[in-house]
Amino acid sequence: MRIGVPRALFYYMYYPFWKIFFEALGHEVILSSPTNKKILKDGLEFAVDDACLPVKVFHGHIVDLLDRVDVLFIPRIISIEPGEFICPKFLGLPDMVKSSIPDLPPIIDSNLSVYKNRKDLIGHAKSIGTDLGHSSRLILKAYTIASTKFNSYKKFQISHEQLPLDSGQKSFFDSNSSYFSRHKNKCLGENTLNVLLLGHPYNIYDNYISMNLITKLQKNGIKVITPEIIPVKNISAGAKNLKKRLFWTMGKNIIGSTYYYMDCGKALDGIIHLASFGCGPDSIVGELLERKLSRNRLVPFLRINIDEHSGEEGFNTRLEAFIDVIEGRRRN
Amino acid sequence: MKVTFPHMGNLYIPLRTFFENLGAEVVVPPLSSKRTLEIGCKYSPEFACLPLKVTLGNFIEALEMGADTIVMAGGVGPCRFGYYAEVQREILKDLGYDFDMIVLEPPQGHFWDLIKKFKYITNKKSFKEIYLAGKLAWKKIILLDRLEKMVNRIRAVELEKGKTDKAYKKALNLISNARDEQELAFARQQIEKEISSIKKAKERNLLKVGLVGEIYTLLEPFVNFNIEKQLGELGVLVERSIYISQWVRENLLPSFMKSKEPEVLAKLAEPYIPCFVGGHGRESVAQIVSYAKQGFDGVIHLLPLTCMPEIVAKSVLPMVSKIHSIPVMTLVLDEHSAETGLRTRLEAFIDLIRERKEEEEFGVLSWD
Ligand code: SF4
Ligand code: SF4
Repeated sequence: MRIGVPRALFYYMYYPFWKIFFEALGHEVILSSPTNKKILKDGLEFAVDDACLPVKVFHGHIVDLLDRVDVLFIPRIISIEPGEFICPKFLGLPDMVKSSIPDLPPIIDSNLSVYKNRKDLIGHAKSIGTDLGHSSRLILKAYTIASTKFNSYKKFQISHEQLPLDSGQKSFFDSNSSYFSRHKNKCLGENTLNVLLLGHPYNIYDNYISMNLITKLQKNGIKVITPEIIPVKNISAGAKNLKKRLFWTMGKNIIGSTYYYMDCGKALDGIIHLASFGCGPDSIVGELLERKLSRNRLVPFLRINIDEHSGEEGFNTRLEAFIDVIEGRRRN
Repeated sequence: MKVTFPHMGNLYIPLRTFFENLGAEVVVPPLSSKRTLEIGCKYSPEFACLPLKVTLGNFIEALEMGADTIVMAGGVGPCRFGYYAEVQREILKDLGYDFDMIVLEPPQGHFWDLIKKFKYITNKKSFKEIYLAGKLAWKKIILLDRLEKMVNRIRAVELEKGKTDKAYKKALNLISNARDEQELAFARQQIEKEISSIKKAKERNLLKVGLVGEIYTLLEPFVNFNIEKQLGELGVLVERSIYISQWVRENLLPSFMKSKEPEVLAKLAEPYIPCFVGGHGRESVAQIVSYAKQGFDGVIHLLPLTCMPEIVAKSVLPMVSKIHSIPVMTLVLDEHSAETGLRTRLEAFIDLIRERKEEEEFGVLSWD
């Protein structure tokens, strides 16, 4: 069966797992095109007015897949870390899509929740496999392969500092995976500028939405660090500084990474927060971040809010000015 | 210690009773006003949801009046409300205020924590004293809910304009001033007598409209431009889906005291939103279905701009409205909303459902 996986939202976190899992079950995974003008336009047209940009873009990716797949994969992602959530909109994502886009193929909307226990990921796999009509034995086998590979990929991602960034049509996982199997160590330039880039994975790694932010930074010789390549224990250590536990995983990653770097005195040259216009968690997390950073004033900070009207020119100007600042600081 | 708390509709009445009966000095912030909103917005993150901004304004106004201890509710997500207090504390700190903030986290089995916090606030009163103060406050909550329901039913049909609201104001005072259960029972009798003496017009084709949506915008008349009163004045019988008692149950009482009703209700939303999506998103949908089943003529859905659970709800509303053939109007509120705009939309909506109702009624008889 051709299973359509939208290249949006949770794609940047879980795609390797799903891809291996579906393929081990004997299915073909069809990925939507990288975000483009048409996808954005469709998203704006179909999604409910008040949704945030990433959710709208997600709708566009669904439209992109419509004629090419037998089933659509839109899991209901409740929780990917015990005791934490993603965002209410992730909780209602399949419902939003179903009522906003007409003539959909069948949808697999299995819950993914490890709220109570990290091991519950297997429940997610089971319910997908059952929906597709497979025996529990096969599902278990596919799950074992997928979760083992996924976990080692995650480790690789961190140890080799591989950002989940697509190149062209190719998925980040496909382009990293040959590299992944060779396990070569990537050499890092010593005298580069280090910038911590914060934001939801589906904003910072989507080249269209982020207007190639990562590539632009890298072209300027900047080393880009994101929560995805920071060891989990460091993020947790950073997040412990909060008075109250933050219950959004992505928000926790953002704050945790920042606090970790600020507190361990590691040489950061700048911090960028790419936030979505109208994003609930970002409005809270961004505020906490800014207050913390402006009290310390140790690291230059740039906050960019993106929405469907963001122009690339203004974006570039702000980015260049920021790079000038951090380069200037380094020279002194 | 001078205790304060945020406003949400009439919640200040039982809260004041509770803390005062425990011997704490209470500073009730001025009722939310334009000024509250202005200061709140000035210091809040731009994209925060409206309740955060207005309640921040409440805190600043209370601190200006000398309050030094803020009591605020918490939460465990997935919605922003659970982190309001953390952000508000940082903002107030950066503004230079000196205060203590006590966050009442929902007692997921930790009811004792809550009692401990109350003990701290009230200078170590005994459990029994806390229980008694809580009991009186709870009775006030129940009576307030009853009062609000009665008022909404009668306002639409009062013969003498403004009579109901006069009685309502008086009733709030009576409830507020009752010092013990006896006085409260007496207040209740008086209120019932007064309200039932209001003369009603005989209205055959009374329109019935349900109000659903995000809890704060539903309960706080300042942010919803007193929508219940406005609808009443337009001759519409209003029923609101959430009352303060429900909020208190959900946020402050231990789980064994929660009613089963919300779960049963949530089932109605199953075809559209089968899971919890934070806040009252799923309940909003369920309530609309329930209103449709009860034969209401329309529903108004209220939410603050960028409210996540209600945006999920909003996205399925066209389908719900069609399947249950009930008109639904969504009103998105923020600091830029204007009363005139809201009034126009309300009137247009009421006209629409009135026409629809008349068509339904007379449509059967017409044979052209
Ligand atoms: S976390 Fe923010 S950007 Fe992501 S879906 Fe939720 S509101 Fe949208
Ligand atoms: S329910 Fe809506 S208004 Fe309330 S905290 Fe959540 S997002 Fe904000």
